Amino acid sequence: MSHGTTHQHDVIIIGGGGAGLRASIAIAQENPSFSVACVSKVYPMRSHTVTAEGGAAASIKPNDTLEDHIYDTISGADWLADQDAVEYFVNRAPSEMVQLEHWGCPWSREPDGSVAVRPFGGMKIERTWFAADKTGFHMLHSLFQTTLKYGNIVRFDEHFATRLLIDDDGRCRGCAAIELQTGRVKTILGKSVIICTGGAGRVFPFTTNGAIKTGDGMSMAYRAGVALKDMEFIQYHPTGLPGTGILITEASRGEGGILVNKDGYRYLQDYDLGQPLDVSDPRHPLKRAMELGPRDKLSQCFMKERWAGRTIATRDGHVVHLDLRHLGEAKIDKRIPFVRELARSYAGIDPVHQPIPVRPVVHYVMGGIDVDSNSATTIPGLYAAGECACVSINGANRLGSNSLTELLVFGAQAGKHAARFAMDHPDYNVSALETQAADEGARVRRAFFDAPRKGGERIVTLRTELHEAMENGAGIYRDAESLEAACATVADLRERYRKLNIDDRTHSFNTELTAALELGSLLDCAEAMAHSGLQRTESRGSHQRLDHTERNDEEFLAHSLAFHQADGGVPQIEYKPVTITKWPPGARTYGAGSGLKRE
Amino acid sequence: MDVKDTVMLEIFRYHPETDSEPRFQSYEVPYNEDWVVLDAINWIKDHVDGSLTHRWSCRMGVCGSCGMMVNGEPKLTCAAFLKDYYPFGIKVEPLVNFAVERDLVVDMDGFMDKLQEVKPYIIRDDVNDTSEGEYRQSPAQLAQYKQYSMCINCMLCYAACPVAGHEDEFLGPAALALGHRYNKDSRDQGQAERLDVMLAGEAIWGCTFVGECTVVCPKHVDPAGAIQQAKAMAAQEYFKGFVMPKGTGVSKGADG
Repeated sequence: MSHGTTHQHDVIIIGGGGAGLRASIAIAQENPSFSVACVSKVYPMRSHTVTAEGGAAASIKPNDTLEDHIYDTISGADWLADQDAVEYFVNRAPSEMVQLEHWGCPWSREPDGSVAVRPFGGMKIERTWFAADKTGFHMLHSLFQTTLKYGNIVRFDEHFATRLLIDDDGRCRGCAAIELQTGRVKTILGKSVIICTGGAGRVFPFTTNGAIKTGDGMSMAYRAGVALKDMEFIQYHPTGLPGTGILITEASRGEGGILVNKDGYRYLQDYDLGQPLDVSDPRHPLKRAMELGPRDKLSQCFMKERWAGRTIATRDGHVVHLDLRHLGEAKIDKRIPFVRELARSYAGIDPVHQPIPVRPVVHYVMGGIDVDSNSATTIPGLYAAGECACVSINGANRLGSNSLTELLVFGAQAGKHAARFAMDHPDYNVSALETQAADEGARVRRAFFDAPRKGGERIVTLRTELHEAMENGAGIYRDAESLEAACATVADLRERYRKLNIDDRTHSFNTELTAALELGSLLDCAEAMAHSGLQRTESRGSHQRLDHTERNDEEFLAHSLAFHQADGGVPQIEYKPVTITKWPPGARTYGAGSGLKRE
Repeated sequence: MDVKDTVMLEIFRYHPETDSEPRFQSYEVPYNEDWVVLDAINWIKDHVDGSLTHRWSCRMGVCGSCGMMVNGEPKLTCAAFLKDYYPFGIKVEPLVNFAVERDLVVDMDGFMDKLQEVKPYIIRDDVNDTSEGEYRQSPAQLAQYKQYSMCINCMLCYAACPVAGHEDEFLGPAALALGHRYNKDSRDQGQAERLDVMLAGEAIWGCTFVGECTVVCPKHVDPAGAIQQAKAMAAQEYFKGFVMPKGTGVSKGADG
């Protein structure tokens, strides 16, 4: 790749989704003299935040308390969340959500004009703000449109960052990024850097995640020496459409939808999630119970029903039914119109008249780049926020509707701290950093353009084998054997990746090259997920081991940290304790009367 | 491969580094009745020709990346099913009215500039602190602008518009609908500023009300209606300008 121009700004943000845009605005507003560069491999409004449907949690209503939001989050996380970070998050959530309202987000409203809320899984009280069922779409567009107000936010749209640039003194000072239009590698420099590149659901074959969710930022940080934390915790959302994996929002259950097996039976009552109320009962749906249990447990219940032979076989695999018919057409069209549109287009059924076939689908990576509650990594000047980061507020299982709020709270937090770092450490060595970027261009050229054209591996072959290995080895239920097999396959694929052969050796818009680089990111993330999973010999939240079925707080009330090994060896796994403040680990209960007990 | 079980895609190809002009290339793709045109294009890229170039991401009709001309009509290819064309061939081209970067990828710079020009953000003289809570907005006030906020910036309306292709000054359906969205938002006080932009030259007046933008919108936004309403508001503002100080604005109902 030919060496492109050098660009100097104050803070560099990699990723233009919800977290990246929130960070950009935070800096642009507080530091009008600063120049903020927002580097994204797609135009910001294409970012995956756009697909989030159901809503974003913040406690504002008189019947709710901050403490309930904290407890729901911590118990939902199976006590693997850092409680100081959760407290900060919950306390900041209302003002961040109001801020987005002031920026124009079209929240659904109550008749009195206040913001409406709905219940979500694992919540004692309804606290999910929503914009019908396109909440992520409206949040992303509101944030993006608001950035257009600030002349000091400079966008690098369709620039694919491939490497962090680290100064002589060990501080992160920018990135090398391929300008897709020309194929040139630009040197984009700043006094601090924030990674906001989202998750890595594309490690798996069956996922709600869009094509762009390939863990590029996680991989960059991992290769620069930052640990990937808690990567064994992968969230399966219980209700995806078979075949495509398109998400049917949890809001459909928050509005009263029920899950039934092949006999029409509400099977969740058999799994310690409380007793069902009739759908005509005004108290239905009960909070923190049945269909409003947490995502990890609901996905695990599906697997148990499957093993018991009570799911429904289709040509796209086994499913259960999400039945919304009792809600009626008017409510479905008002509160969850996108669910109806998606079910009609992609499942060929109308939920007003038929139940929707659904199965668990990979949705979210709880783990990510190890950051503290200031969003700072262990590399000075390098910050991360959003799904790519692990603070951790999500622990072993993220509560539905916490992730959209997280990208606001920690996007703003990362922006504030990165700006402060930039003010305190203004000087860096331009020519040394330019040399690193030139080296990166040369590496990409050698790896993908200079290889012989015959006899190499195709991207699709390796990607398909990776998908199979991860689905079989690191799915909803795992054990030592399955995880060891996944580790071995990933190691083998990593070797074969060195012989990858791409058809396209041209420069302008080479999306085969970006797919090859993305495959490299996926391999890094998969490696961390499989090895972290193998080492954690307990079951907690979304990490369920068939050979170690109990939670083990003695040994594993701790975050795993996977460190990349430069020699290509297996990652080193270390642990650091979870921060427990006021909520000692307890039994995780759902059903009637569960939740925070007040003295 | 059994001929019955395949479908032919004829795809527009152009590479600025190697082609002096565009050409079409045909690909035989396995027919799967669940597949959309985007699945077929991805299959070609994965298995046949890695150099085929297109944009996509969410494959659920909300990120707006994958708009193309399918048999001459602007479509989201993630929502255009093969079964609606089978057994006939499918011709895929980049969106018209945009310069082509490569193959099915078009130049979006002009579009992005137009979005920015309409000042698509809340403008207020008095900004409340977040501690004072949300601005009140009744469901009826929300309904005033909600449909115009549903645009996913897929640009199909520009490909359908007979004016957008040849009148540079014309802001185009999506950008005008977006400006109108904020003008109709009860929380906003920026209508006069925005109308200054929309009134200039051919920015809005270029529209000849053909209405194709509304017909092709995959998200049921009505840009044609927005443009007509905005023209009426603009005219009203224009006459008010003679009798009232600038910036008084049109009342959109109280908030608080």
